[in-house]
Amino acid sequence: MTAKPKLPRASQAAASPATPIWTRKDLLAIRDLSPEELTLVLDTAAAFKQVGAREIKKVPALRGKTLINFFVEPSTRTRTSFELAAFRLSADVVNISASTSSLSKGETLKDTARNLQALHADIIVLRHSSAGAPLFLSQRLASSVINAGDGAHEHPTQALLDVFTIRERLGRVAGLHVAIIGDILFSRVARSDIAALLKLGAKVTLVGPSTLVPREFEKMGVSVTHDIDSILGEVDVVNLLRIQHERQRKEYFPGLGEYTALFGLTKERAARLKPDALIMHPGPINRGVEIDSEIADSARSVILDQVTNGLAVRMAVLYLCGGCGSGNAAIR
Amino acid sequence: MIPPAAPQPPAPDAVLVLDAQAIDRALRRIAHEIVERNPDLSRICIVGVPSRGIEVSHRIASYIETFEQILPDIGVIDVAMHRDDLRIRPRLPRVAVSHLPPDIEDRTLILADDVLFSGRTCRAAMDSIASFGRPRRIQLAVLIDRGHRELPIRPDYVGKNLPTSPEQRVYVRFQSIDQVPDSVWMDKE
Repeated sequence: MTAKPKLPRASQAAASPATPIWTRKDLLAIRDLSPEELTLVLDTAAAFKQVGAREIKKVPALRGKTLINFFVEPSTRTRTSFELAAFRLSADVVNISASTSSLSKGETLKDTARNLQALHADIIVLRHSSAGAPLFLSQRLASSVINAGDGAHEHPTQALLDVFTIRERLGRVAGLHVAIIGDILFSRVARSDIAALLKLGAKVTLVGPSTLVPREFEKMGVSVTHDIDSILGEVDVVNLLRIQHERQRKEYFPGLGEYTALFGLTKERAARLKPDALIMHPGPINRGVEIDSEIADSARSVILDQVTNGLAVRMAVLYLCGGCGSGNAAIR
Repeated sequence: MIPPAAPQPPAPDAVLVLDAQAIDRALRRIAHEIVERNPDLSRICIVGVPSRGIEVSHRIASYIETFEQILPDIGVIDVAMHRDDLRIRPRLPRVAVSHLPPDIEDRTLILADDVLFSGRTCRAAMDSIASFGRPRRIQLAVLIDRGHRELPIRPDYVGKNLPTSPEQRVYVRFQSIDQVPDSVWMDKE
């Protein structure tokens, strides 16, 4: 808070105007971003995180802008997080879900989106079950398009909040060893996380049954193992993905009990982690399946920090993509 | 004293307005004036506006320490997220993390910046401060006042009044940020 003695001079270098600027109107995928852009989002998020601690938790940066949360696939926590982020930036928000939109009446995605633009939406946050839907819209609309999860492709803001949380807690991302455990095959979170972690210089190991973690992933530059116990002692972060048991067909693994026995973060396994290792989970958690209930509530678990940081990261993304005037050629 | 190397102009047509020595003198004088007008130096906080205002705040604070043996509190206030001209600016400003003392209610905050022009940055800084709380008073210290205010804002401490035309650019350079000797320049008319 009060800086005494002097503030580190390095903080000025970070704010130096010589650093590259953001030129994107859309955020579609982590794999599009350079390490410098990723770092800019994280630095911007750090500044916006502080807004939540102020007496007045609202800034006028997006005053007068309209954000449409267009969730063709249901989601409560991501939608709420984007909604609150937009409120804190003083934007106006409208929520549209698949059931309330005319998609259910047979309107195409493109026509629905053109209607949203005709309503002068400045930013469209899209969650869609088809990979590439945000890209499709971004190429056809002047509005900013933010990917809030598309099929099994990417969920960029989740990866940004994950690396933000790691950087905040451990001071860096480069050189850390991160294990991502669970359903990688169906997971857009895993794909975005892998891209963000590798770009920032972390080492990534994927862990899970061979049906959900095929060796094919090694082509992305990560290690794959089917034995969780072999890596527990050497990782700095374990990121547990939710077993989407409502989605999976039965043939991918025999049962939840066996999954927990082979891959769950039980008390015994947690005890073998490094003392300062972080335990992460994008939520909602299945207590007793991928993570032991007590471990989920322990001091090393940063699951609720991830929720708070998600808000800051989404504010940063909305500011960077939607902050400028539309039709501003210098930025667009 | 070793004379500093002649600084290079930041633009081909720029002329030197203040050299390192003149900047020093101006900031020392501001430090003296702050001491004069604020009898209780433990209740002030000098708040820099990123990025070069931070350097101005550090320099003023260290002069006050030299004169009075009290290092005043220093802070940083982000203005980017409080600007009213985001949609017309050619580039999006970077946001910065703010640092203010927790008890701003009974303090005098002294905003420090390099150049005062339209006054819009100052207004954004005051709005930003207001979102943290309600300081006892806010004062404004600037190295250069170049005129052309668009808001009813007046500085309390001025290093140098610099008559300019609205189109002329003013450049402030600090060794610690720009890796060139401290200097202030302006475009030839």
